[in-house]
Amino acid sequence: MQVTPARHSGAPSKAPRPLLEVRNISCNYELERAVFDLSLTVNRGEQVCLLGPSGCGKTTVLRAIAGFHPLLTGGIFINDQQVSAVGAMVPPEARRVGMVFQDHALFPHLSVRQNIASGLRQLSAHEQKTAVGDMLDRMGLSRHAEKYPHELSGGQQQRVALARALAPKPLLLLMDEPFSNLDQELREHMGQEVSDMLKESDITCVMVTHDQNDAFALGDQVGVMADGAIIQWDTPYNLYHQPRTHFVADFIGNGIFLPGTVSGTSRVVTSLGDLDSNADLELAADTLVEVLIRPDDVVHDPDGPIQATVRRRAFKGAEIMYTLRTAEDITLLALFPSHANFEIGDDVSARLAVDHLVVFQKEAEIT
Amino acid sequence: MASIPSELKLTPGMKLRRTTRVSPWTLGSVLLALLALLPVGAVLFFAVGSSDDVWNHLVRTALPDYLSNTLWLMLGVGLSVFLTGVSTAWLVTMCRFPGRRVFEWLLLLPLAIPAYVIAYAYTDFLEYAGPVQGLLRAVFGWHSARDYFFPEIRSLGGAIIFMGLVLYPYVYLLARSAFLEQSVNVLEVSRVLGRGPWRTFSTVSLPAARPAIAVGVSLALMETLNDYGTVDFFAVYTMTAGLVDVWLGMGSLAGGAQIATTMLVFVVALISLERISRRHQKVYQHSSSRFRPLPAYRLKGSHAGLAVVVCALPVVAGFVIPVLVLGRLAVVYFEDSWTPAFQTYVLNSLVLSASAALLALAVALFIAYSRRLHGGRLLALTTRVAALGYAVPGAVLAVGILVPFATFDNALDAFLRETVGISSGLLLSGTVAAVLFAYVVRFLAVALGQVESSLEKISPSVDMAARTLGYRAGQTLVRYHLPLVRGAMLTAVMIVFVDCMKELPATLLLRPFNFETLATHVYQFASDEMLGEAALGSLTIVAVGLIPVLLLSRMISRSRPGLAEPTG
Repeated sequence: MQVTPARHSGAPSKAPRPLLEVRNISCNYELERAVFDLSLTVNRGEQVCLLGPSGCGKTTVLRAIAGFHPLLTGGIFINDQQVSAVGAMVPPEARRVGMVFQDHALFPHLSVRQNIASGLRQLSAHEQKTAVGDMLDRMGLSRHAEKYPHELSGGQQQRVALARALAPKPLLLLMDEPFSNLDQELREHMGQEVSDMLKESDITCVMVTHDQNDAFALGDQVGVMADGAIIQWDTPYNLYHQPRTHFVADFIGNGIFLPGTVSGTSRVVTSLGDLDSNADLELAADTLVEVLIRPDDVVHDPDGPIQATVRRRAFKGAEIMYTLRTAEDITLLALFPSHANFEIGDDVSARLAVDHLVVFQKEAEIT
Repeated sequence: MASIPSELKLTPGMKLRRTTRVSPWTLGSVLLALLALLPVGAVLFFAVGSSDDVWNHLVRTALPDYLSNTLWLMLGVGLSVFLTGVSTAWLVTMCRFPGRRVFEWLLLLPLAIPAYVIAYAYTDFLEYAGPVQGLLRAVFGWHSARDYFFPEIRSLGGAIIFMGLVLYPYVYLLARSAFLEQSVNVLEVSRVLGRGPWRTFSTVSLPAARPAIAVGVSLALMETLNDYGTVDFFAVYTMTAGLVDVWLGMGSLAGGAQIATTMLVFVVALISLERISRRHQKVYQHSSSRFRPLPAYRLKGSHAGLAVVVCALPVVAGFVIPVLVLGRLAVVYFEDSWTPAFQTYVLNSLVLSASAALLALAVALFIAYSRRLHGGRLLALTTRVAALGYAVPGAVLAVGILVPFATFDNALDAFLRETVGISSGLLLSGTVAAVLFAYVVRFLAVALGQVESSLEKISPSVDMAARTLGYRAGQTLVRYHLPLVRGAMLTAVMIVFVDCMKELPATLLLRPFNFETLATHVYQFASDEMLGEAALGSLTIVAVGLIPVLLLSRMISRSRPGLAEPTG
């Protein structure tokens, strides 16, 4: 029903040379299976993101890549060299991975300069000084070099953590919820800044997060995880517009599932009218299905066929998110431009503007 | 930046290492814990294995007395510390009266005085030739002991009173923090519902603080069981006194081991009481309203006077009088006391205690860090086992250390004599190694507790950050953890140091021939009824003991800002 992207592929524009390969790994977390037969490949210079609710195993995967977690099956390869196998590991200090943490984990008894120099002890004093100076410049931290972590703001601490991880030129950067300790505004700003910097410096990076905005800001590819497995590995655009399972559709973005019946090869009959897809649904006629309707699929149209009442409204600046109840007693989420200003209880007309239908068979609801 | 190795070069250390191998940290910790368990194991093994009939003799003769004396002593001390500790804690936390804030830390002072020292001081103060009876005779014109009644100080009753006077701070400390952490709301609700201060205390405050009080009482009783100096001086034959008597007096180490085994039953009971209470403690105490000022009962007139008396009594009796008595004696007998030999004893005490403190710190760091590195049930158990020594009386430890050490020495000596023809003599037993070992086993819990709780405050991601920056586990500990737990390390070393300075029974039983520390020196002179000559040593021990007490009181006065403002 949808374009199936090549599984675990990198961005086609770059030389497909894998830097990190995770092959069929399984891990336990506190005696319970947390990761099941999981595989992923990250190419050189690519930034990927593991996105999932808490407890889905994403942090365990990251810890396994860093060398803090043993494997029950499979193997992990960095730069074509095996670093984790069943019963054997390269210790974390020898892997040349950098790591950034949710709590930043700065060494509180060391200044910013000393923190950044932590991973450079194999260099001469002069080389260290140059390398730290470069890093301070690049992160805009030069003015704060002699300060201690507790004297810095959250965003500055975040920069120091990143600088410290990047200074030894790691093969791979790992980030564990790096933005969750920042407030909303700073978070978006930092996400953008970090993304630009990683791209500029061609740094390979794996990030885990439960926040889809963070994931979309940073990930060329995003793996949505649930119960220790990657459910869908795709670009942010495809995850939103072509979710392959009910779980992914539900977890990413807003929307509702509209019940219907397949008619012909590309039509679904629903109580809000017939919806036609631009692609073959690959489902037998009369199959009971659910159609994903995103808030932006519902368009304000005074002549539209759908009659509804406003139940709830949430003002978002340029847009307003409405919760509508149709005459057929179906609840819809609708994102209208701000000038379509209605109060709760107002009657609204609308139509559905969907050309590519995302359809799940009814029993798929169980997932 | 050009000199940084390009990312295409492989790090030489990037070699797979087997993870199935037991980590040296885990292995080391388990071995250390087993070593700490060795004395208890040796006592049990030796007591069961020996076919000495001293035991049968003991059961028929002295043992019932040892048991009943020990039980009466523990009952008496338990009651005494409970009453003193709870009443003073409640007064200083819940009431307002003149001098309350000073009493809050003054009440800790008796903690600095070992039980045997206060016993020596009061014996001098209250005996026939002492100032009190002398004054009574002068005032009433009595001529001899037959003319009046004066209670015998050197008795079970005396032991109970004097031990109670220096051990109540355990209960006071824990009860005080339990009262402080009780929800203010609960207390207010109780008042609103019409309960007066006394009923609120007996029906709300006291039951909620019960677990903490029980922990305090069990700690005080562990000290009671451990005491040898007081009961020996007062000729109260408790289990400890009996153990030493059977071992040294009757020359039966096996009999000593069997008494030690009996004492372990008490130890298990006290540990259980403490552990169970600590579990309950967690349920009752929350920190939600930690810094809200407590509602206070303003005491006026005679009530305030009574409160001052109740708080002043333990401080005066438990600290001021003994220190004055010792101070006077120390001055009078200074010429006789301040000898080169005395200076040697001080030096011995300092070196031995400092070594034990540093050793305990090193062991504690190793075990606590292993647990942090690898976690798991085995290491949790290991930590617990390693810390058990705090509950084992020094005399029991001494038996448990001497038996395996002597066995080892004899075996080595016999082996060397047979093979090489030379005698190795005593390598472990009868040397300071045995004393050091006893100190570390007995006081490891203090160091471990300090280091563990301080390490816990460091985020685990700091470890991961250091490791990914290229530092091995041990390097991470040295470079990034030790600087962060410096304060706890200092506290641990200091408390263990002071505890070692005060320790008497294990030192007495394990020290090399003719080797004296301050504690044993004081004990020897007191045993010979030369209390005057013992005073300077006693006073020195008290002075050293004051260091952690003052530190503790400083922590207390800073811990609750809400209390700084008097409230109605």
